[in-house]
Amino acid sequence: MDWNLLISQLMNGLQLGLLLFLLASGLTLIFGIMDFINLSHGSFYMIGAYFCGSIVAYTGSFALGILVGLVGVFIVGALVEWFIARKLYREDHLDQVLVTFGLILIFDTLVHMLWGASGMAIPLPAVLNGQLTLGELVLPTYRLLIIIAGFAVAAILYILVSKTRLGMLIRAGASNRTMVEALGININRLFLFVFALGAAMAGLAGMLIAPITEASIGMGNDIIIVAFVVVIVGGIGSVKGAFYAAMILGLIDTLSRSYLDVLLGLAMPTEYSETAAPAISAMLIYILMAAVLAFRPQGLFPPAGAK
Amino acid sequence: MIVKLMRTTLIAAAMVTSGMAQADNVKIGFVTTLTTPAAVIGEDMKNSVELALEHIGNKMGNLDVVLIMEDDGFKPDVGKQKTDKLVKQDDVDFVAGYIWSHVLLASAKSVLDADKFLISANAGPSQMAGKRCDKNFFSTSWQNDQTPMAMGEYLNQVGVKSLYIMSPNYAAGKDMANGVETTFKGEIKGKDLTKWGADAQLDFSAELAKAKASGAEAIFVFYPGKAGGAFIKQYQQAGLQDVMPLYTVFTVDSISLPKLQAGGLTGVLGSKNTQEWSPDMDNAANKRFVGDYLKKYGKYPSFYGAQSYDAIMLIKSAVEATGGNLKDKDALRKALKAANFDSVRGRYSYGNNHMPIQNFYLREVVADSEGRWTTKIVSTVYKNHQDPHAKDCKM
Repeated sequence: MDWNLLISQLMNGLQLGLLLFLLASGLTLIFGIMDFINLSHGSFYMIGAYFCGSIVAYTGSFALGILVGLVGVFIVGALVEWFIARKLYREDHLDQVLVTFGLILIFDTLVHMLWGASGMAIPLPAVLNGQLTLGELVLPTYRLLIIIAGFAVAAILYILVSKTRLGMLIRAGASNRTMVEALGININRLFLFVFALGAAMAGLAGMLIAPITEASIGMGNDIIIVAFVVVIVGGIGSVKGAFYAAMILGLIDTLSRSYLDVLLGLAMPTEYSETAAPAISAMLIYILMAAVLAFRPQGLFPPAGAK
Repeated sequence: MIVKLMRTTLIAAAMVTSGMAQADNVKIGFVTTLTTPAAVIGEDMKNSVELALEHIGNKMGNLDVVLIMEDDGFKPDVGKQKTDKLVKQDDVDFVAGYIWSHVLLASAKSVLDADKFLISANAGPSQMAGKRCDKNFFSTSWQNDQTPMAMGEYLNQVGVKSLYIMSPNYAAGKDMANGVETTFKGEIKGKDLTKWGADAQLDFSAELAKAKASGAEAIFVFYPGKAGGAFIKQYQQAGLQDVMPLYTVFTVDSISLPKLQAGGLTGVLGSKNTQEWSPDMDNAANKRFVGDYLKKYGKYPSFYGAQSYDAIMLIKSAVEATGGNLKDKDALRKALKAANFDSVRGRYSYGNNHMPIQNFYLREVVADSEGRWTTKIVSTVYKNHQDPHAKDCKM
């Protein structure tokens, strides 16, 4: 057993899980509180990456890129809520899916028109491009930064949701929306804030991943499916559920990519196992989702009082 | 009865007009990827095809060229649909293009069953070179195995003893891994085939950690398009460039290099790859192609573009050899097989399976006189190399 390899793989799983959490936490709040299925949540992820990339290209500062990017995506999120999403909360889920799918196409085309098809590389400061050495273990600095940033946001979100009045309203909204409205809370303002916050977190995930994979058109559409899986496994509307589910899925995905071919190799010839392993590891998270839906349809950590 | 008669007349009239239209133009359908992140490749091919048409004044002999571009969306099913449309609705004379082996494999039958010509400007799956070879299928690129075979050969020459292989999990990815494994004499310490397609895996953290732990002396990868840039970035961020030198095929090219340069990833300078073409090749056709491409688009063309440019020139040579008589399929086929045109890679010939028999070169990443990163030929690894699947082709 190579312990250094296992530790690096656990870190990799953690990093993937935290990125998924950033995406899924907004999605689960929007889904849980407003009962709104937002397929275009992944577009915020993409827009965040492009905003950040443009600022970095212009000013050369990655930190500034993140900061301006966050504000930018927050505003875009607020605009989408104000002009489009707001009118759809009381509509059928199918209508929401159709409209937000249309939004995906619009955002993808807009990005294509503004930035072109070729995608955008985001250069990192030299400090972040290096590695950190702990004894035998060598870890890319930037991936550690993603992990730290992810945990920090998770902590802030935890305090916001569980310790503040705003968080109380959010939780109340997830459990019973009608009652919150009946108590005289300005629900429109709450929705606007939650929607924009969710968008900004998705944008942050996009900004963090872009220096690794590049910003590209449709980058959010691939990962949004997995984010929905996280939401369902964790329990719709539950930020805590989204956190644990994202960690579990991130680790399952990474560890199966690392070890499944070896495990399968014990049972079948190498030529089959090396082809089957990536296919099966791509399926594993969906198998988990199917199992959760079959045995615990409300998710692993549903919000209190949710039906 | 009258209705039926009228309908027949109308159909006949339509057939006559379309027949007449066919006489003064040559219709070429071109399938590539114009959406998804892989659109950067499609764009390069489109640019090159347009440049080729500009160079020939949009004429092949006396015939005007009608070009119909289609987008496969990086998906085999969409590629097949678009191919069907080109064959049945547009009734094109030639279908060309195809970046992806799995798209080509899904689409080939539609073209070949309709007795039309299929020119692959990139994809070279082993199946089309071997068992599924066809009298009407030609390639202006290579068979997938060949380029990595040349790389394996080079690795032997420089005395690399062990290798880790990474490649996407699809038809070409398997061919590439297979290619380097057939010629490389050292030990394969490990191999990863990663998820591919429109939602391809782009974060290689787990695989890179495995590669490092394997203790292999060098790493060989095949990651075309956008994935290549992502891979090289992560390879450098993981600090592997000092421990495991990188050898690639179809990964470091003029599509990924400008972005790697913008990202300041100097680790790629000096890295070696194999290819049948390079922008610095010294022949008249290539100088004109690369020079005008640089002028028109402000960047170097990639091998995808070079092969697309060649595809148009190959079609032109055949159309002209038959005096523009597109009905004479046998004559066209014979002319295509002769490959009687000035390819930007220099002259090549066709084997029994209609795959080029050509040279493969070792290229190195360098900065040109203006500081732009590009590739330069270092040596010739294979002379007039034929792919290993030709023997399975019954032609």
